[in-house]
Amino acid sequence: MKTDLAYLRTATFAEAGKRVRAVYEHPTVVRFTHWLNGICIVVMTMTGLQIFRAFPSFGPKLPESELFTPPKLLRLGGWLGGALQWHFTFMWIFVIGGVVYLLYEAASGHWRTVLFRPRDIAGVWPMAKHYFLFGAKPEETAPYNPLQKLAYTTTILLGVLSVVTGMVMYKPVQLHWLAFLFGGYHLTRIWHFLAMCGFWAFVPGHLVMVALHGWENFASMVVGWKRNPSYLPAENSEPDPAA
Amino acid sequence: MADEKKSQSGLTSLRRRELLKLTPVVLVGAFFVPRWQEKMLDQGLRFSDWVAGGTFGRHRQAQTFSDSEVAPFEKFPYNYYDVEDPEVDLDAWKLTVEGLVKRPGAYTLAQITSLPKRVQNTRHICVEGWDVIGNFGGTPVSAFLDLVGADTTAKFLEVECEDDYYESIDMASALHPQSLLCYEMYGKPLDRGHGAPLRLQMPTKLGYKQAKYMNTLRVANVQKAGKRGYWEDQGYDWFGGL
Repeated sequence: MKTDLAYLRTATFAEAGKRVRAVYEHPTVVRFTHWLNGICIVVMTMTGLQIFRAFPSFGPKLPESELFTPPKLLRLGGWLGGALQWHFTFMWIFVIGGVVYLLYEAASGHWRTVLFRPRDIAGVWPMAKHYFLFGAKPEETAPYNPLQKLAYTTTILLGVLSVVTGMVMYKPVQLHWLAFLFGGYHLTRIWHFLAMCGFWAFVPGHLVMVALHGWENFASMVVGWKRNPSYLPAENSEPDPAA
Repeated sequence: MADEKKSQSGLTSLRRRELLKLTPVVLVGAFFVPRWQEKMLDQGLRFSDWVAGGTFGRHRQAQTFSDSEVAPFEKFPYNYYDVEDPEVDLDAWKLTVEGLVKRPGAYTLAQITSLPKRVQNTRHICVEGWDVIGNFGGTPVSAFLDLVGADTTAKFLEVECEDDYYESIDMASALHPQSLLCYEMYGKPLDRGHGAPLRLQMPTKLGYKQAKYMNTLRVANVQKAGKRGYWEDQGYDWFGGL
């Protein structure tokens, strides 16, 4: 399979007398914004559930029909006012982190790692079969497999959706032209809620996958360099230029 | 893919340096330190208010709606924090006007209703998350401030109510053409549940800013400590703007 990894930094290291190849998978800006936005997403979704608790419905106030009560364990802020304080503080951190991340991805070329493109479509089903139906593991050719790219790209879009719908709800007088995109002010709250649901679906799945894929994979999101990633050509097939 | 560089130094020390670059992220942890949390969240809220106030445009109107889009009167909620009816003596009621005004005193409802009247179908948005389109009639706050000779360069409009509720509004929002001293809903005098005889109705503000059962209006440059607003003093954001 054709690979397109020239944009990634790689290096060879001497470690305990053995040669080790490593790839700089996650540049500093990506790691920094990953953890910052991760914290923001946890705060925003937990306070989001607390805010939803104040009026757990999408219908009229009269008569009010409660959809569900979010579990206390998943809520943050204690009450509506407390949750709004967190929400209105962390929204700025989330927006700054998100914009810095997107600009960096676009400018650095690192978007090739994450962005789901038409060429990735064919690889989604084999990967899903491997994860969920005990299918054979497809060959790894890049830092992220097609299913990962789909999940991460979707999550980035969820972030954009949550910010834009949040802005419409925060400033509906000034942004009513944007509310039109979502079917008006009232429906915008539903879009905002759905974006939150997307995060609630993604984050636990993401954590399970990280747990399943071992220390080296996790460490690369902390320190950037991944040791001997399986998508690199096997080390012993290359002559050692230093020898 | 060719190796960009060869390194004899250990990968471990390189990775340690990369780890250090992330340390500023732990600063966010300050929000989870109990003794700092309240102050930091308060600052965050004030920053949001500052941005919201700064981007407020007095000439930008809230959306208005046709009569067919207005919710039926019986679907417009009675939302109250303490009592639905503070049993105002409507015949004896007067609005006390104080502070930075040329003509302080007590004003009757007749004096208010004789001012220019504005009727509007606007969306009432509650901080809880519900919204409803209603029909409101009243006189623009700015017209009444003219009548009493208010100093409109002052910063705040403070409101006290018959039910011990209180609010304060930024002057720019008070002077917005859609901000009303509202005495009518759906063409009828305001009923007791909706704040008779007089309430604030401001489609550029959340519901909790639109005080009901008004009895005192004060123009001021300094907010009374601990009297920014009934809910604001418990943690809601003060600007409460839309």
